Amino acid sequence: MDSTVFIVRSIIIFVIFGITLLIATYSTYAERKVAAFLQDRLGPNRAGPFGIWQPLADAVKMFTKEEFIPAQANKWLFIAGPCFAMLTALMASAVIPFGDTVQYEGQFIAVQGIDINIGILWIFGIVSLGVYGVMIGGWASNNKFSLLGAIRAASQNISYELAMGLSIIAILMMSGSLSLRDMVNQQATPFLGVSGLNWNIFYQPVGFIIFLTCAFAECNRTPFDLPECETELVGGYHTEYSSMKLGFYLFAEYINMFVSSAVISALYFGGFNFPGQAWVASLLPAGALGHNLLTSIGVVVFFGKIFFFIFFYMWVRWTLPRFRYDQLMNLGWKTLIPLAILNIVVTGAGLLFDFKPATWLIVIFVVVLAVISAAQPRKTMRPQQSTV
Amino acid sequence: MQLTNRSKKIDKREMTLAERLYIPAVTKGLAITISHFFRKKPTIQYPEQKRYLGPIFRGQHILKRDEQGRERCTACGLCAVACPAEAISMVSAERKKGEEHLYREEKYAAVYEVNQLRCIFCGLCEEACPKEAIYLQHDKFLPAFTERDEVIWGKDKLVENMDNRYLREGWK
Amino acid sequence: MNVNYIWYFLTFLTLVSAIMVVVVRNPIHSVLYLILTFFCISAHYVLLNAQFLAAVNVIVYAGAIMVLFLFVIMFLNLREYTAESKTNLVKLGAAVLGGVLLVIIVAALRSMQIEPLNKATYNSQVGMVESLGKVLFRDYLLPFELITVLFFVAMVGAVMLGKRETGERNF
Ligand code: SF4
Ligand code: SF4
Repeated sequence: MDSTVFIVRSIIIFVIFGITLLIATYSTYAERKVAAFLQDRLGPNRAGPFGIWQPLADAVKMFTKEEFIPAQANKWLFIAGPCFAMLTALMASAVIPFGDTVQYEGQFIAVQGIDINIGILWIFGIVSLGVYGVMIGGWASNNKFSLLGAIRAASQNISYELAMGLSIIAILMMSGSLSLRDMVNQQATPFLGVSGLNWNIFYQPVGFIIFLTCAFAECNRTPFDLPECETELVGGYHTEYSSMKLGFYLFAEYINMFVSSAVISALYFGGFNFPGQAWVASLLPAGALGHNLLTSIGVVVFFGKIFFFIFFYMWVRWTLPRFRYDQLMNLGWKTLIPLAILNIVVTGAGLLFDFKPATWLIVIFVVVLAVISAAQPRKTMRPQQSTV
Repeated sequence: MQLTNRSKKIDKREMTLAERLYIPAVTKGLAITISHFFRKKPTIQYPEQKRYLGPIFRGQHILKRDEQGRERCTACGLCAVACPAEAISMVSAERKKGEEHLYREEKYAAVYEVNQLRCIFCGLCEEACPKEAIYLQHDKFLPAFTERDEVIWGKDKLVENMDNRYLREGWK
Repeated sequence: MNVNYIWYFLTFLTLVSAIMVVVVRNPIHSVLYLILTFFCISAHYVLLNAQFLAAVNVIVYAGAIMVLFLFVIMFLNLREYTAESKTNLVKLGAAVLGGVLLVIIVAALRSMQIEPLNKATYNSQVGMVESLGKVLFRDYLLPFELITVLFFVAMVGAVMLGKRETGERNF
């Protein structure tokens, strides 16, 4: 690797790192603004115009608060918990392909931290490690509520990781690659002359819904934010945390949100591809400049998609109430996992008979069943809950 | 008995598959919240914008002066007696020669204090006063205080400023 | 940078954390050291250019199994750990078993022959997911399928064990 490539690479890595942090910072502000707007309020608007310096004010507040470690806590693990949460959250964005290649002195450099050929597995590994931060912190606090929160987080993450992995396998079967860049590039080919119709969402609607649900659960976002459920567990795993250690936990959550939004848009919504790409490319000048311009448009488009999903996370948070814990487990194990397995089988059959949108059959089947059931007269009473 | 017709009957029947999918219901919920996103916000930016509180709002106390700028209060103590929270205390004094331009009556309140932590803004002092000396202003909130010694309001804060007189609707 | 040094460092870290798993008294610390050990092993896989194995090792062992371990221990270990005293018989049995295992490992290692690296036929892509998949689904298809059957049976058994019987209260 010669030095220019190395320099451009390191710039890209630093920019990705900085952007991840910046977006996480402003997600906290966006969360408050979106929450306010959805509730007919205005949200923070005192720090600077429209309150855009609010994250800075929050950071100052976080840093100057009292650093508190409970006397009976396991001190090292108590400190290690939030550090671990932050570390794992930051590692995942390394493999996300933010854009196509940058042409620089005849070389093509990918706008991506590293393009390893197991990108999606990397993200999975990191996400599955993310729960340690929560578990260690919750246990080390030596507080029953924290422990309960940690245990909830662990069981929830394991349950939903399964369904998430299974829902992705269908996509892996279609793309035949574990590299996120390959998957994104495969979605670029136009279908019936329109680029954008080849996105995986049009082939994997069921997988998308499963993945989206699981992503909510993995990020501990409402309606699955049971590890930090205030009504039952005070603050959940971060009950005992204060100051910037608490800030790390909250920050890690927003970074996870950013990463999962990026993964959703890369896997199902074509990543940095956009409709009319070929037309835009024909308008731009040929050569390095045109190529780089197209890449930067792609990056902007990709971030647009990411922002939409971050917004979607917040939108759902302020719409749906929290699940009960047994409902959460039932949904994960009894609905999503069988559905994901069915999805794999149908996708496999579709690939065998060369009919890619096969999983729409599941959707059609379910819709037909639903319509039939809606047409039938209802049973009079709901059966009593058999539990307890 | 039915008080309003806004109550909804709970459907206890078994849910159909369409309902158990939840996706239609979730979409409906999302549509409702997003419609609120674009609605006009009713917020009033308080310190910059103030809403009219009405002609009989009971805000910050004021000890009125008359047209010649003399204090009206005669330290009769009726307000202190009327006050259910026992927030008012005063020390009376006799008017000296040459002080006629300061005090309207021969007896006046040398000290007049309202303990704003005790006051419940009931307005009974205003009603009890025979000299129309104490009023609760309809357009002014009591400012927030952060120190204990800001709580007792003496005459320095209570007596009306002649350059910025307090007028009520209907007095003019 | 010399890869050898990374290898030495990783091996050192692996061994130290593996020893710590056995030595530390607090089960939670033990589990955390075990996770560290798995990480080091994954790093070894990366050094061998077997990224798929590294990732799967992290996902399955560090990400899922150890979470369950930690989960169970957190439930059990709410109070301080008290070492129960072991009888001499148990100690003797443990020593004999450990010694036998050590002898077996040493014997196996002695009879093993490591082929020297043949630069001509060596394929750096051998650890990649494509070649792994080919080997698994061509040469070792039957064992692979048998393992899946085994897992399936185990899963059915677990579901049967965990199933709530009528009249039983689970919480
Ligand atoms: S408003 Fe009521 S409580 Fe306040 S000083 Fe007057 S009489 Fe007392
Ligand atoms: S304010 Fe009115 S009631 Fe109170 S002491 Fe003065 S004159 Fe009397």
